Amino acid sequence: MADKVLTANRLGDGIAVWLDANGRWTEKLQDAFVARHAEAVAAIEDAGRKAFACNLVLDVNVIEVEEKGGLLRPLRLRERIRAEGPTIAYADGHGFADPAFIAA
Amino acid sequence: MYRYDEFDHAFVSARVEQFRDQVTRRLSGEIAEDAFRPLRLMNGVYLQLHAYMLRVAIPYGTLNSKQMRMLAHIARRYDRGYGHFTTRQNIQYNWPKLSDTPDILAELASVEMHAIQTSGNCIRNVTADHFAGAAADEVADPRPYAEILRQWSSVHPEFSFLPRKFKIAVTGAPRDRAAIQVHDIGLHLKKNEAGELGFAVYVGGGQGRTPLVAKLIRDFLPEEDLLTYVTAIVRVYNLHGRRDNKYKARIKILVHETGVEEVTRQVEAEFQQIRESELKLPEGDIRAIETYFAPPALPDRADGWEALARAKKADGAFASWAAQNVQPHRHPDYGMVTISLKPIGGTPGDASDVQMEVVADVAERLAFDEIRVSHEQNLILPHVALGDLYAVYQALETSGLATANAGLITDIIACPGLDYCALANARSIPVAQEISTRFGSPERQAEIGELKIKISGCINACGHHHVGHIGLLGVEKKGAELYQITLGGSGDENTSIGEIIGRGFEPERVTDAIETIVDTYLGLRLEPKETFIDAYRRVGPKPFKEALYGQTAEAA
Repeated sequence: MADKVLTANRLGDGIAVWLDANGRWTEKLQDAFVARHAEAVAAIEDAGRKAFACNLVLDVNVIEVEEKGGLLRPLRLRERIRAEGPTIAYADGHGFADPAFIAA
Repeated sequence: MYRYDEFDHAFVSARVEQFRDQVTRRLSGEIAEDAFRPLRLMNGVYLQLHAYMLRVAIPYGTLNSKQMRMLAHIARRYDRGYGHFTTRQNIQYNWPKLSDTPDILAELASVEMHAIQTSGNCIRNVTADHFAGAAADEVADPRPYAEILRQWSSVHPEFSFLPRKFKIAVTGAPRDRAAIQVHDIGLHLKKNEAGELGFAVYVGGGQGRTPLVAKLIRDFLPEEDLLTYVTAIVRVYNLHGRRDNKYKARIKILVHETGVEEVTRQVEAEFQQIRESELKLPEGDIRAIETYFAPPALPDRADGWEALARAKKADGAFASWAAQNVQPHRHPDYGMVTISLKPIGGTPGDASDVQMEVVADVAERLAFDEIRVSHEQNLILPHVALGDLYAVYQALETSGLATANAGLITDIIACPGLDYCALANARSIPVAQEISTRFGSPERQAEIGELKIKISGCINACGHHHVGHIGLLGVEKKGAELYQITLGGSGDENTSIGEIIGRGFEPERVTDAIETIVDTYLGLRLEPKETFIDAYRRVGPKPFKEALYGQTAEAA
């Protein structure tokens, strides 16, 4: 089974967030709680349902990740871009995704 | 341009306050997402990958400098300092907070703008020729009719929950610059032999997963029958359009499955029923709306010719820009300026708040306060005296807005793709940037001539790839991006859907593939004047397939 983390978008501003080990929603994928077995996955799914029902977040999804070089890395490109932001320079004062992280 | 009356102001303000209440209740947890989602979508608020997205309507792509300054202000105050102009002549903000959206809509309302019907299964922003009211080949300005359609379709009680979204485009010239044949309804304004105004009516065009060219169902519809006939079409669609399958719910599928003869018969029958109803447009009403779009008084400026010639001689870069980005105006002393939002290696359609301010200033000072958004994701100054072109150019040039590439290979349409969009399977913008950079030299672009590349990051085809001379469709294959190439598409008066040329290309190979296609074209064209699309129509896909895949090539 691939490792999994729980992700969503925050209600008030829509920013992509991940569930951490303390049950808080963080803007950093690297701080996410990693579910490595079925019970842990069930637990984060349950946390996601509750957070959605409590109107904290929306678009809640469990996604697959791998650990590579000490970094959590989503298996799908879509989720790597969600974690890092657009892959192009888009606005002054805002960075963009690290190409090495985004690359397949 | 159209100005809100008392009713319009009251209606839009009431709508803002209604949405403010809905957002407040959503944020307090009183409304759940399932109930709130359709409400936010009705007000243009989507959720994308990184944040919410707000799509603001720019009716038929026309705005003034005050409105453009407001768009800049919103970008600066509520977003990350930029906006994205779209293929439907709208603007999208990529980072607004939900909690800010009522304030944004209130600010927009103060300059007579809103985000109503920029989403949902309703009649969307009516689009029109971006050179309306200025083009030399125009029979009549299509925007009064687009405005009549806008007023009629806004929160139309019968047509607010159609089987699927519904897009109407209007053009008033024989040269179609609004891609009307890939819309649910395309209206071509023209005159009959008696000199009366009316429309050729096209129905059932569209892109997406099933691209179809619209069918002509009426060669001449008198202008007074515009609303009755369009009502008849949308009524037939509302009744028979498929609600069982989202992917077959557009009117194009109804026309395709039912047959154009039968759909036309039903439309005509409905039309006869309602032809003499209150929807029949009184002559006086049409002319009254027309007055809002009366062109500015354009004084003769014969002096401009000499000034233009002098400036061109002195500044080669300006001469190139004027040759490529300025089109003949119906008044010989004026030109229509395309402000390219396609800097070499940049993001197609994006403009910073500073750039929007510059455009607003130039429009106010030197272009009769009129700005347009083109469906090709550029901005237009429709009325500029030839004698003022150099001043316009200089003002634009200092802000990176004077790229001389209108209609050339680097004037690429691209959807936001997987860099922003929750529906996308692949990125569009980086591909556009790499192609733009590869072909960016002015000499190379000039040698290639007119060539329209359009890129979509998924089958929904927001990047219009089906009608690109070269179209690119990004797909996800085995977890990686792959780009399928189509050739021979065109979104004008000779609309055609591009053909898939063969198996797709990985991101690192796709620009090479485009170069192979371009080099093949350069090698086989009969003369430099033979454009890519003309050459493709003459020779077909074979030489391009062979160049890309070898002699034994087979389509994937």
